[in-house]
Amino acid sequence: MPDLLSVKNLKIEATSYPPGEPPKVVTLVEGVSFDLEKGKVLGLIGESGAGKSTIGLSALAYGRGGVRITGGEVLLNGRDILNLDRAGINEVRGRHVCYVAQSAAAAFNPAHKLGDQVIEASLRHGLMSREEARKRALYLFRVLGLPNPESFGERYPHQVSGGQLQRAMTAMALCPNPELIVFDEPTTALDVTTQIDVLAAIKHAIEETHTAALYITHDLAVVAQISDNIMVLRHGKTVEYGTTKQVIEAPREDYTRALVNVRQAKREEAGDQSGALLKIEHVHAGYGNGFKVLHDVSMHLPQGQTLAIVGESGSGKSTLARVITGLLPPSEGRIMFDGKELPKALKGRAQEELRRIQMIYQMADTAMNPRQTVRDIIGRPLSFYFGMSGAKKTERVKELLDQIEMGSRFLDRYPAELSGGQKQRVAIARALAAKPELILCDEPTSALDPLVAEGILNLLMKLQEETAVSYVFITHDIAIVRAIADSVAVMHRGRLVRFGAKSKVLSPPFDDYTDLLLKSVPEMEIGWLERVLKTRRMESAGN
Amino acid sequence: MGSGPITGPVLTEGTARDLGAQSADLAGVPAKPHPTDSAEIGGTSWRRFVFRRPLAALILKRLGLSIGLLFAVSLMIFGGVEALPGDFATTYLGQSATPQAVENIRKDLGLDRPWSERYLSWLGGAVKGDFGTSWASKQSVSEQIAKRLGNSLFLAFFAALISVPLAVGLGMLAVQFRNRMPDKIINVISLAAISLPEFFIGYLLIMVFAVELGVATFPATVYDTMTLAERLSAIALPVATLVLVVLAHMMRMTRAAILNVMSSAYIETAELKGLGTFRIIARHAAPNAVAPVINVIALNLAYLVVGVVVVEVVFVYPGMGQYMVDAVTVRDMPVVQACGLIFAAFYIFLNMAADILAILANPRLRHPR
Amino acid sequence: MNVKSIPISAWVGIVGIAIAVLCAIFAPLIAPFGEREIVGEIWLPAGGDFVLGTDNLGRDLLSRLIYGARTTIFVALAATVLSFALGMILSFAAAVMGGFVDQLFSRFNDLMMAIPTLIFALVVLAVLPQYLWVLILVMAVLDSTRVFRIGRAVALDVAVMEFVEAARLRGEGSLWIIFREILPNTLSPLLAEFGLRFAFSILFLSTLSFLGLGIQPPAADWGGMVKDNKDGIIFGISAALVPGAAIATLAICVNLVVDWLMKRTSSLKGGRGDA
Repeated sequence: MPDLLSVKNLKIEATSYPPGEPPKVVTLVEGVSFDLEKGKVLGLIGESGAGKSTIGLSALAYGRGGVRITGGEVLLNGRDILNLDRAGINEVRGRHVCYVAQSAAAAFNPAHKLGDQVIEASLRHGLMSREEARKRALYLFRVLGLPNPESFGERYPHQVSGGQLQRAMTAMALCPNPELIVFDEPTTALDVTTQIDVLAAIKHAIEETHTAALYITHDLAVVAQISDNIMVLRHGKTVEYGTTKQVIEAPREDYTRALVNVRQAKREEAGDQSGALLKIEHVHAGYGNGFKVLHDVSMHLPQGQTLAIVGESGSGKSTLARVITGLLPPSEGRIMFDGKELPKALKGRAQEELRRIQMIYQMADTAMNPRQTVRDIIGRPLSFYFGMSGAKKTERVKELLDQIEMGSRFLDRYPAELSGGQKQRVAIARALAAKPELILCDEPTSALDPLVAEGILNLLMKLQEETAVSYVFITHDIAIVRAIADSVAVMHRGRLVRFGAKSKVLSPPFDDYTDLLLKSVPEMEIGWLERVLKTRRMESAGN
Repeated sequence: MGSGPITGPVLTEGTARDLGAQSADLAGVPAKPHPTDSAEIGGTSWRRFVFRRPLAALILKRLGLSIGLLFAVSLMIFGGVEALPGDFATTYLGQSATPQAVENIRKDLGLDRPWSERYLSWLGGAVKGDFGTSWASKQSVSEQIAKRLGNSLFLAFFAALISVPLAVGLGMLAVQFRNRMPDKIINVISLAAISLPEFFIGYLLIMVFAVELGVATFPATVYDTMTLAERLSAIALPVATLVLVVLAHMMRMTRAAILNVMSSAYIETAELKGLGTFRIIARHAAPNAVAPVINVIALNLAYLVVGVVVVEVVFVYPGMGQYMVDAVTVRDMPVVQACGLIFAAFYIFLNMAADILAILANPRLRHPR
Repeated sequence: MNVKSIPISAWVGIVGIAIAVLCAIFAPLIAPFGEREIVGEIWLPAGGDFVLGTDNLGRDLLSRLIYGARTTIFVALAATVLSFALGMILSFAAAVMGGFVDQLFSRFNDLMMAIPTLIFALVVLAVLPQYLWVLILVMAVLDSTRVFRIGRAVALDVAVMEFVEAARLRGEGSLWIIFREILPNTLSPLLAEFGLRFAFSILFLSTLSFLGLGIQPPAADWGGMVKDNKDGIIFGISAALVPGAAIATLAICVNLVVDWLMKRTSSLKGGRGDA
């Protein structure tokens, strides 16, 4: 019996149009081959630019925006779908192969009810009557654990939450009874606690319906929970291809090994946590329209240590950072820094007070002026705070570049010429240039690929040892907290749930929310998902 | 007028963005009631109304805004003009007038009363449709305007009747052949067309069709005893000019609106469901494209109403525009103010209609949570 | 920036604008006759001594066209530069200061824009004395409402970027933030906008002159020349079409360059441009 899907020596190209230069043909994917049996799940994993989504879409003979499949074969049940005419391709899409996009919010048509969109493919391909399709949709809504499955289909996309939309998209893909579904990072855009619920729902549904799947993600721990086989991709080429057990437990390639071992580091927390460089006392804050975001938040951070503030989106953790910087003055409470109260608003703070607290952002892209060179970006705090100029300033910029392990050849580069990790390093150097005592890090690694993120974390820790700077580290990722924090504050809906030394906060007895959060970060371990679902006490807020 | 097509993209872009921001802002109240904060929402009955009927509230708000805007505009047209340097009486009589004559004429025109008093009586009259008497002809402004307004609307109506279907059709054609020859040709021609002044198009048409070929009439005079057919033949050239002026711009905006919808993720979803092209366009693109296209049309109609000014002067057509230009030349302020207010009112009303239609077509607002 | 990357359409525009500007600067050297000199019969056909014929008073049309370029381009450019200065200063001030100032400026701008430009100009010019600087000022103020709107939108887009927040957190003053952080990132779209406003100013000035409210005779300007010669049309005399075509050509040339600038801006999004 032939395999359901058999991809042979795939080659995919695209044309790029760099301004002012002749168009260039870029090879996105080359020499990729794999087979998928009926009812099995293959995980495609790799960092951004690895070509995983492009490969996934080739199973539907689809190239996004100018992407062309130029070589190899994609055999579905032994038939090459790359050579089909328009009608033949439409026959494959939505009937034999379905697609689940990363952003369900954009992928659903805002003008139609969810139910109509879910059953559309089944009806248009003449697979079932409207009544049968409705019944099947209802069944799928139940299997996927959607609330009020009877009336769910009557709602419009904007009326349900992101997690529910992602499940509805899965129902839409499953409805025509396809043989294969391509999942393109279906949980990446969701909150950590929601991600696990959706992942579990997807796993349950494809097991229940015996559908085969290509599961695309950048997170090896996620794919370990759901797939039978794993293919590791990098720069459009196969790095390693094997069973999930083999890849996770006995990786053959160095790159895979690095992925498996990422964030295994754990740091011993500082013993003495009594002092306080930064002290947040009973802070309440909200935005102009009477919408209150923070309720009575208090915590403190000793000098030279790291305080991790952890929570999902909407927990108020980024708002707290804005309060500390003075961008959002608190309505009640105060911020103590080095024993003195900081003026509430940014305008009231002296230059020296500003210098001592620096900030690193999540998106290094938008955090640096695209029209300034690395020299200007790092040099500005030097001239602004210390009045440096000329050779002395250049010398110091070079030193800083060495400190962030980049070197002086980057001096005259623009941000657009740097990789994501390099940009974040420059942002760190800019913060460091002010010789701050405290750096606020707002999810500085969450937009980066795992290995790059690990490099940034290691750099931050090295710099802390060298300069004794303190960090407030805002994150949603418990694994990062384990790796770098001395003390931890857990936030939920604008309130402080738990605060203390890392060892105390991360060990039982837990409150319900911390328990949920801790059990929401996939671990590099097969069977982790089942284990965790059995022991969880609280459903995630967003579903 | 020349300002229509050229300012178009800017104004529309701004309006669309502002509207988007506004709707998001207002929709934000009902769209995400924070569980813990539900007690904090509410308060006044207006807030409750906004929460329960966001659509009606938004439309009411937009209506109120227009009325307020109209009021402010009346204040500007009357009061702003007063604040400018120069005295009406002196202007009216010329620089060489004796002080005594100026004094007399001031009394005559009622300029000796305080301006707030004159404004209120002017506004009170305007609301009832009475715009006072013309300084130049000593006739009732309202009577003069009534006749000419009808003529102007007649012209604008037929221009709209032809240009709207044509523009939408050509815009769709350009999308269908996106980045291929027909699209490129349409693009170049429309770029050229938005650069042509109305009077140039007008005289070109007169030269070719009225003078050389003799198939059209010039000047486009209409009078009360004309039959409909005669009227239509008289306005053929002015209508053609207006259509050419507004067409290119409307078409470009239609093309952009449809392309915007066609490049969205839900169209890709439909494609990956294996649906046919027709089904994708009719079922998935059209419902979302209707709103922006209607918006485009309403905005262009607003330019059309103003665009009649120059075209009427070119074709010596007895409409509001020509009346206003004549009044400006002789500085007949009651007429200028009345015409200015009426033109502004049409402009504000059509812009409001565009916004309200966009609100109505937004599923997020039509089906609140 | 690479000269070779400029498309043909943009070259056409650049050359067209260059010719017009040269005519404007060297008008007395290029023009065969004087601006107000009556040289022959009225409405003589093109050819012979008078390349484009004569106008309604018997003046040489080509000479008046060349002198007209001077007036038209000078007034349009002056109005555009003034409207840009006004619009940009106010819009950047609104975007950076925010709060009450932003509300005040923006609401007033909405009010100004609620009246169609031409109607507004007609009302205002009915009252004001007919001086050239008044005309330029009125055009500039009316046009600055559009500049304000665009400028504020662009500045706000950039002002919410984190690098601006970072500068603010560093303690930088408003001037540094505007001139060193925001302005360099808004130059491309604003340059395109400048072109667009210039094209509009040419058309708007011509329209006003055509209606008899712009530049006053006997000074030559293209819109006014159309008005002077429009009565010839019924007799099949095309003298009015010549200045009309000049206006159209110049506007098209400017728009061709703008089109290229806009495409360039959008293709450079996120890039560092030609720095």
